[in-house]
Amino acid sequence: MEIPYTISNRPDTGLWNAKIGIWLFLASEVMLFGGLFSAYIFLRIDAPPGMWPHGLLNVPVGTMNTAILIMSSVTVVLAWASLKMRNYRAYWWYMLATISCGLIFLTVKLAYEWPQKFDHFGAYIKTEALGKYEKYLGNEYAAEKGLPPRLEITGHLHNRATLNDPNIKEYEVALDPLNADPTNPEMDRPHFWPHSATDKIATIEKEDVQYATMFEPRHSAYFASYFTITGLHGLHVLGGVLVFIYMWLPVSKRLYQRNPEHLANRVEVSGLFWHFVDLIWIFVFPLFYLL
Amino acid sequence: MDTSTSVDTHHEPHAHDAAHEHHELGWWRKYIFSTDHKVIGIQYGLCGLVFLFFGFCLMMLMRWQLAYPGQALPVIGKWLPHIFGPGIADGKMTPDFYNSLGAMHGTIMIFAGVVPLAFAAFGNFVVPLQIGAPDMTFPKVNAASFWAFGVGGVIMMISFFVPGGPAKSGWTSYTPLADIADTGPGHNPVFNGQTLWLLGFIFLISSSLLGAINFITTIIQLRAKGLTWMRLPFFVWAQFVTAFLLLLAFPPLEAAIVMQLMDRVAHTSFFLPAGLVLNGAPAYISGGGSPLLWQHLFWFLGHPEVYVLILPAFGIVAEILANNSRKPLWGYKSLVFSVLVIGFLSFIVWAHHMWMTGMGSAVSAFFQTTTLLISIPSVIILSAFFISLWGGSIRFTVPMLFTIAFLPMFGIGGLTGIPLAFNSADLYLHDTYYIIAHFHYIVAPGTIFGLFAGIYYWFPKATARKMNDFWGKVHFWPTLICMNVIFLPMFLQGMAGMHRRWYDGGQGWTLANAHTVWGLTGFEWNKPISWAAWIMGLAQIPFIINFFWSIKHGEKVNDNPWEATTLEWTAPSPPPHGNFLTTPVAYRGPYEYSLPGRERDFTMQNEPVEPAERTRRKPPADLVHV
Amino acid sequence: MNNPPDISQDPKEYEEYAHGIRKHVRGYLMVGAILLAFTAITVALSYVHFGTQKANIAVAMLVATLKAGLVAAIFMHLAAEKRLIYRILIFTGFFVLGLFWLTFLAWYDYPIFR
Repeated sequence: MEIPYTISNRPDTGLWNAKIGIWLFLASEVMLFGGLFSAYIFLRIDAPPGMWPHGLLNVPVGTMNTAILIMSSVTVVLAWASLKMRNYRAYWWYMLATISCGLIFLTVKLAYEWPQKFDHFGAYIKTEALGKYEKYLGNEYAAEKGLPPRLEITGHLHNRATLNDPNIKEYEVALDPLNADPTNPEMDRPHFWPHSATDKIATIEKEDVQYATMFEPRHSAYFASYFTITGLHGLHVLGGVLVFIYMWLPVSKRLYQRNPEHLANRVEVSGLFWHFVDLIWIFVFPLFYLL
Repeated sequence: MDTSTSVDTHHEPHAHDAAHEHHELGWWRKYIFSTDHKVIGIQYGLCGLVFLFFGFCLMMLMRWQLAYPGQALPVIGKWLPHIFGPGIADGKMTPDFYNSLGAMHGTIMIFAGVVPLAFAAFGNFVVPLQIGAPDMTFPKVNAASFWAFGVGGVIMMISFFVPGGPAKSGWTSYTPLADIADTGPGHNPVFNGQTLWLLGFIFLISSSLLGAINFITTIIQLRAKGLTWMRLPFFVWAQFVTAFLLLLAFPPLEAAIVMQLMDRVAHTSFFLPAGLVLNGAPAYISGGGSPLLWQHLFWFLGHPEVYVLILPAFGIVAEILANNSRKPLWGYKSLVFSVLVIGFLSFIVWAHHMWMTGMGSAVSAFFQTTTLLISIPSVIILSAFFISLWGGSIRFTVPMLFTIAFLPMFGIGGLTGIPLAFNSADLYLHDTYYIIAHFHYIVAPGTIFGLFAGIYYWFPKATARKMNDFWGKVHFWPTLICMNVIFLPMFLQGMAGMHRRWYDGGQGWTLANAHTVWGLTGFEWNKPISWAAWIMGLAQIPFIINFFWSIKHGEKVNDNPWEATTLEWTAPSPPPHGNFLTTPVAYRGPYEYSLPGRERDFTMQNEPVEPAERTRRKPPADLVHV
Repeated sequence: MNNPPDISQDPKEYEEYAHGIRKHVRGYLMVGAILLAFTAITVALSYVHFGTQKANIAVAMLVATLKAGLVAAIFMHLAAEKRLIYRILIFTGFFVLGLFWLTFLAWYDYPIFR
């Protein structure tokens, strides 16, 4: 006996097997990302004022990546529609577009965004030393304007060796615009176009520092959440891309010739997964980049 | 009968779609990397039994330390250090080693023993047969899920042999302890007990998720013609709900495990609060995390998990009860409704594992209410089982012995959970031996008895032979008695104030030595309990021998030795690839035993309804006809 | 907007079917454009201040939910999907919201240590 309903619909449910299977899988993925989002929520509401940063991520690049993922969602559904219309050539081109978009998304993230972060430095100043670095923090100004306190000095670290060498007693930082000019009203809220580090150098004594690292997962609850969620999301993007590649290679043409509806169904099922990945990003983008 | 059998289509191009193997599979594809649900079910079953045995051995080691703390293990104490390292140097356990035994006993028994056996093994083998399907809907995914389980189990075992030993922060891996355990000098940054525990778990979780998807889709889509939802054997309903629990409850724990991995490997602070002091110095971490977050995410799975442990056993017990009392189950509709309600409610009770975390009275009242509510369908199910015996013609076969014993044992386990639903009572009982007794009564003489019953019951379907009856009884009676000698006194120990996870069994703690119960102090009770545990270990030997011996030498039986009604007994024993010789059709409910006016006292589900039956307007009062 | 129906193997029905799909294709392209537009709107709105931080978050989440809804309804064909899928998703949604909300309720009741 063959396994029934792999392509045709079972009459009482109106569905074929893999469609139920993929939706069940997506339900479990909702719970998975739900668990991660719940971590984000509770870590964020627990963060004391000034400890949850804004404006540290590159918004234009993030927006572009969002657009790329949305376009890939369009191309994958058009790929599926082409298969249903029995147009293999069009399917092949749309699938290539989808794969390319996915790969571009990953490349931008892994070859540009993340390394940019790993190159950026931040030092949280001890509470008792905040006054000493007022010229870089501007907490009096912030208190007057009702802004959250500034507890961190960020920028480009000149002497990387100091991170691991206990003999070097200070950090030399080329300051970010906010720390270079903290009382400038322009710096009160993040901008669309990111500014890079200025030339203004500050020397921060290690003994005044509560905690200092590059912008890695260990730097703060914010970056821990950011890298974990985008990392897991990126793994899902990679998985989707690999599945699409398999469905785009010549082996798919053979399946198409044998049973085009079977290939269409497989593309539909993978497409559903891809849309879900896009859906998660639709929430990740504002939560981390904009808010 | 459809056209896909071997001979005539062998040399013609395939007329139908999916690739169907007509030629003989090689040995590897047939027995090791099989996609056939029966082979996969047996693979899960054998591996599950091995892990169950291993987890049992861990417990037997623990019981030595509890009964004779600080003393070297006799006989095996000499060579244990060669296997487990300095944790048991000279045969004497360090506290860390004891904690490792405890954490791994729990983890392995639950996730590598009971769940694979109860859900994956029995489910895989029996469910497609019971619904008249040729296999699961996704056979390759099925194989993948087994191998993920294999990898996860192996990783857990490897953790015993790394420097520092296996995980030792409890099966619950509470942070911040679990975040910092097994780190520092003498520990490998990745190959340490806790990190391997986390990695192994990811594989085990993925395995369960894939399995759950398969079960749900199969039960929805591949039911035979005429097999409506309300004609399904209760076992299938139980597996269906269990699959949903696994599907939706596991992922938040997987998220939490990823985060704990990040904490351990990438030094993040998901679960480490600001101002944490370690070994006398402030920890150099970013802080900002929350230990409570781990607890919520863990128990969000943790509670549905316990229903995953019991529901398949409910299903097995239901089948065997009906079969060995020769009458239909009482209250089939109530049973189905109850199991659905249990499934739903189990997602909103989890904080009853967290009464001690200081939540406010409003949300505490909510969780107390839902916890008490969920006891109602459980009681309905147990009552329906008891009532099903009434007026039955009981056959005391070996499966039936385990099944009947299940009922009061689960009753004790379930009823002793009621005080724990109140945060006020739990304030006292939390983390005491009362809790250990409560959940072990449910899982050990509860679920595991159900699993033993299922093994004896379905063994003939898988092998066409029966296990030996005499040795089955020799297995049963000592096991039942020992289970009670082990766990009943634990209630009293717990109520006297003895805590869990005391590596010396309470020897150095006032509470364990203060009062006597039935003449023995809490600590002194450890000795008879331990001896009962070791004797129970001996009582499993007849089972192990019986199991393997009967595969080749057991009494040969026909396809339906128990004279049962459900569809799996219409297939040949063992079923061939594709399961059924003719496509099954169901005409009646699953428990048509003792129908009046028929020759035999059972009527199989695929027997057509006769005209004489059709004229009856109302079913007789003692027969449930859905 | 309906899911394109399953087609039979009959070649005569291809013509009508392929023509029908083209309407769906237009729909997909339109939704794609709307999503891109809404992305720009999301970014723009994030620089507008709606009073409190909570309000900003609420607005952003509203727009995100709208976009997600479009992806789910049109690209994932949910608008025309069978009842069974809806039921699975409704239970999932209920449980994930329960996870968030009940944890939140149990989170804030004690001020000192979390």
